[in-house]
Amino acid sequence: MAVVEPEHGAHDDHHDHGDFIAHHFDNAEQQFDSGKLGIWLFLVTEVLFFSGLFVAYTLYRVLHPEIFDQAHVFLDKYLGFLNTLVLLFSSLTMAVAVRYAQLGKNGHVVWYVLGTMVCASAFLGVKAIEYTHKWDQGILVRSAFDYHAGHHEAPAGTLAHTLGVSEYLIYLSVIPLLVIIGFAVYAGIAKLTDKPNASFFSVCMAIAVGGYFVGAMAGHFYMEVTDGGFGGRSEAAAEMMAYENETHSDHEPTNKPVDHHDESAVDQQTAESKVAPYQGPQPDEFDQDIGIFFSIYYCMTGLHAIHIIAGIAFLAWILWRSILGHWRSDYFGPVDYVGLYWHLVDLIWIYLFPLLYLID
Amino acid sequence: MSHDHDGGFAHPAPFKLLLSVFIALVLLTILTLALSSVDLGLMGAFGFWIAMSIASFKAALVMLFFMHMYWDKPFNVLVFLSSTLFVILFIGLTLTDTSHYKNTIDEYPRQPDTSTMAP
Amino acid sequence: MATAAERKKLFGHAENNYLNCTKGIKSWMFTVDHKRIGVMYLIGVTTALFLAGVFALVLRSQLWSYDNTLLTDKMYNQMFTLHGAVMVFAFIIPSIPAALGNFVLPMMLGAKDVAFPRLNLASFYLWIFGTGFLLFAILSGKGLDTGWTFYTPYSIRTDTGVIYATFGAFILGFSSIFTGLNFLVTVNTMRAPGQGWFKMPLFLWGLYSTSIIQVLATPVLGITLLLLIAEKTMHIGIFDPKYGGDPVLFQHFFWFYSHPAVYIMILPGMGVISELIAVYSQKKVFGYSFIAFSSVAIALLGFLVWGHHMFTSGQSVVVTLIFSAITFTVAIPSAVKVFNWLATMYKGSIALTTPMCYALSFIFLFGIGGLTGLFLGALSTDIHLHDTYFVVAHFHFVMVGGTLTALLGGVFHWWPKMFGRMYNDMLGRVSCLLVFLGFNLTFFPQFVMGARGMPRRYASYDPEFQIFHQWSTIGAFVLGVGILLGFGVLVYAAFKGPKISGNPFGAASLEWQSSSPPDFHNFIHKPILCDPYDFGALVYDEELDTYIHREFMEPSEQPEMEPEPQVH
Repeated sequence: MAVVEPEHGAHDDHHDHGDFIAHHFDNAEQQFDSGKLGIWLFLVTEVLFFSGLFVAYTLYRVLHPEIFDQAHVFLDKYLGFLNTLVLLFSSLTMAVAVRYAQLGKNGHVVWYVLGTMVCASAFLGVKAIEYTHKWDQGILVRSAFDYHAGHHEAPAGTLAHTLGVSEYLIYLSVIPLLVIIGFAVYAGIAKLTDKPNASFFSVCMAIAVGGYFVGAMAGHFYMEVTDGGFGGRSEAAAEMMAYENETHSDHEPTNKPVDHHDESAVDQQTAESKVAPYQGPQPDEFDQDIGIFFSIYYCMTGLHAIHIIAGIAFLAWILWRSILGHWRSDYFGPVDYVGLYWHLVDLIWIYLFPLLYLID
Repeated sequence: MSHDHDGGFAHPAPFKLLLSVFIALVLLTILTLALSSVDLGLMGAFGFWIAMSIASFKAALVMLFFMHMYWDKPFNVLVFLSSTLFVILFIGLTLTDTSHYKNTIDEYPRQPDTSTMAP
Repeated sequence: MATAAERKKLFGHAENNYLNCTKGIKSWMFTVDHKRIGVMYLIGVTTALFLAGVFALVLRSQLWSYDNTLLTDKMYNQMFTLHGAVMVFAFIIPSIPAALGNFVLPMMLGAKDVAFPRLNLASFYLWIFGTGFLLFAILSGKGLDTGWTFYTPYSIRTDTGVIYATFGAFILGFSSIFTGLNFLVTVNTMRAPGQGWFKMPLFLWGLYSTSIIQVLATPVLGITLLLLIAEKTMHIGIFDPKYGGDPVLFQHFFWFYSHPAVYIMILPGMGVISELIAVYSQKKVFGYSFIAFSSVAIALLGFLVWGHHMFTSGQSVVVTLIFSAITFTVAIPSAVKVFNWLATMYKGSIALTTPMCYALSFIFLFGIGGLTGLFLGALSTDIHLHDTYFVVAHFHFVMVGGTLTALLGGVFHWWPKMFGRMYNDMLGRVSCLLVFLGFNLTFFPQFVMGARGMPRRYASYDPEFQIFHQWSTIGAFVLGVGILLGFGVLVYAAFKGPKISGNPFGAASLEWQSSSPPDFHNFIHKPILCDPYDFGALVYDEELDTYIHREFMEPSEQPEMEPEPQVH
């Protein structure tokens, strides 16, 4: 046992191992293992953070199944499906990015991380269409819930009217637009001041955030084609609604309202009698507390969206370091950790999709 | 997997594997969507559980291959999976109780509502 | 083997150490050194303790007589809420883990720092912001009158600063999570080579169990408070019965965190006591693995008993019975610890130094606090005692008599290591005596009052209770004087106390194999791994007046008989 080792000078921080190994770690593997355990623990906290919302969801679904039956027609399962695909694809690109980071191929990492970020933004774009469509119809949280059927037009003369979109969408889109402009301007400045890395990074960021508009346009196009989507207002929704109302009583004894609310039973009947010229669900067909479903919906998807935005920020950091070429086969931890976080966001969505969009 | 790198702790997942996992995930998503759209006889009561099982299977695929659990230290896997145990505990114990006083809440006078909803 | 000169460098009083290796306010504000962060945390939590302590004294002054008009009823409500909220969120939860734990944990592992030093600093700043938000509720002029539990639906209706305070508690929660996460990873991956799980000092087992709870439970607090803020601002109808929400659900959410949080508060204290009892009895700790596993058992059982805070909330009978039964099982690991401490002292060479005095008062006070908990866990008695001063006395015996006493004992124990100077032991013992007497005088009468039906959180009361309240108030001031005296003794020692060498108390855990105060890198040499309670491995170095591992001594210098280690 070597007792006294007058190793490095007391305040000498420079050790003989690699560039990115912090002074308090013995070697790259210890650093990687620490980081890995740390990120897994962080994911545990994330799961428990979301768990509160899952408890609220389960509770209200078990106690008030009728609310969930009435409410889910407002959610467009095809938009949800589209978003699921986008997120799954982003998970694939992220996993591949981690693979190339492990192989030390920084150039590849750049492209795959960029792909992940574009998907992330596109997800938010689709989400923006979904949200603003609901806001237009007054589908809000419990206290503000004020559903009014029918098509909502932006006032004439506004930009929203010209584009044929919701006013809220214009407000929401200002944020990514400003971010894109900011990065584009900075890309130009960096180019002029001879900072190729910063310039390239800014161009990538502008493209990444641009994904938002791809998603928003896809969502908008879908809404146009289906005349407002398959939730809420359209003829198609009317047929679906009528079909479901007929089939409900036959096939779903467990999910039927337990005759707890007298009015809900009446609602069910009125809905069934209105099969022929159906204009979408009418306000008086709902249980009073239907807004609670949307409270939970906004909390869950909103918190999820915040995690997506945070994920984009983390990915931007990974992108920058990939451009600088930091990753090696013995130092790729950050890509792996951010990847794990990103997959968790995907995991949560995998559960949110059937829980919120596919209620029958 | 490839242990030939000097670090020794990197386990790059083969590209083909990742792609197949992605395709499987997409197919499973389509399956859930189809099951919810086409009302089969056995859906309904079991529909929720079928949807949840498929979601859990998808989650397992993501965890095993995208999140590298397949190659990871068992301790890390244990740490992460233990979180689900506590979530189940949380949901389970809360749920056993709340139906007990449901009526009290349902009968509580609601805030007069400005919306056009039925009283 | 090391020469006398080398030993002096390694284990003596170090003039160049972590405190003065870099200078200037920035070198502290942006430090990632766990020792400096620990010291900053210690200053922070002490400030919170004084603030909340002053609130407590104001409360006790109001209660001096039954018709006192020192505070209006509204002010009284705000005062006890702030006392509770600041004490719980800003003081007790971070006190031992973040202040003492940060300083000691990496050194006990022979490591240079925690696994994520920058996260550690971030955690400290989150603590500052969170506490700031909590206190902003007062500065904004709105106050806070919900009680520290923020129960709905009152917290939704009141127009006091619930949003500031909940946001503050939310941020403090993240501070706590980051500390816990850091400790878990550090203990898992950074133990000294050869240091197995059962070669760790028991303090680390306490911190490890605490960290498990912090990581698993605190996020639930986060989402609860976010939902509360959303409910208050937007009326989302999850907790507010006016909108179809379930106010009892809030209690489930809140106690899913806050009951385990009770063990966040006490487990590190138990860890400290395990160290103190062993060191000042100079005897190998009795039943090491039992104490270690009982910490983990308490941490896990803590997740199964939250419903015992809700016995009178309308919870169903079956659930109440289950929670009551599980509550009793928590007594088992707690008693295991107490009996093991007692068995450790048996035939040990006990030195009644200040830390040991605090440790002994801990055992006494925690014993009473724990045993009175059984009355509250039993359904039949709890219906009577619920929301009375009995509850107040019970949890103060555990939180103050337990955690605060352990904190003071731990601070006295590690103070010479932190600042390289010795305190006046006699005055330290006097402070301990004052704390012990003052504490009992404060809270013993509260048991009696509570059992006779005095409800908690009332600004005035029936005249028959006045005599108990007056004893209690006198006790509170004595307790305050005791804590102030202890504080004075320590602060004086840090600047003017006699300089001291590395291991004055003859402790065998790794953090003492360093100079006092430690070097910036903690250890100049590689510490020699030994059992943390193998006191026989230490020999007394007369020249340095300190205890040193025998392998550092020249063979000729080693005495044939081990001297009885003496403590100053």
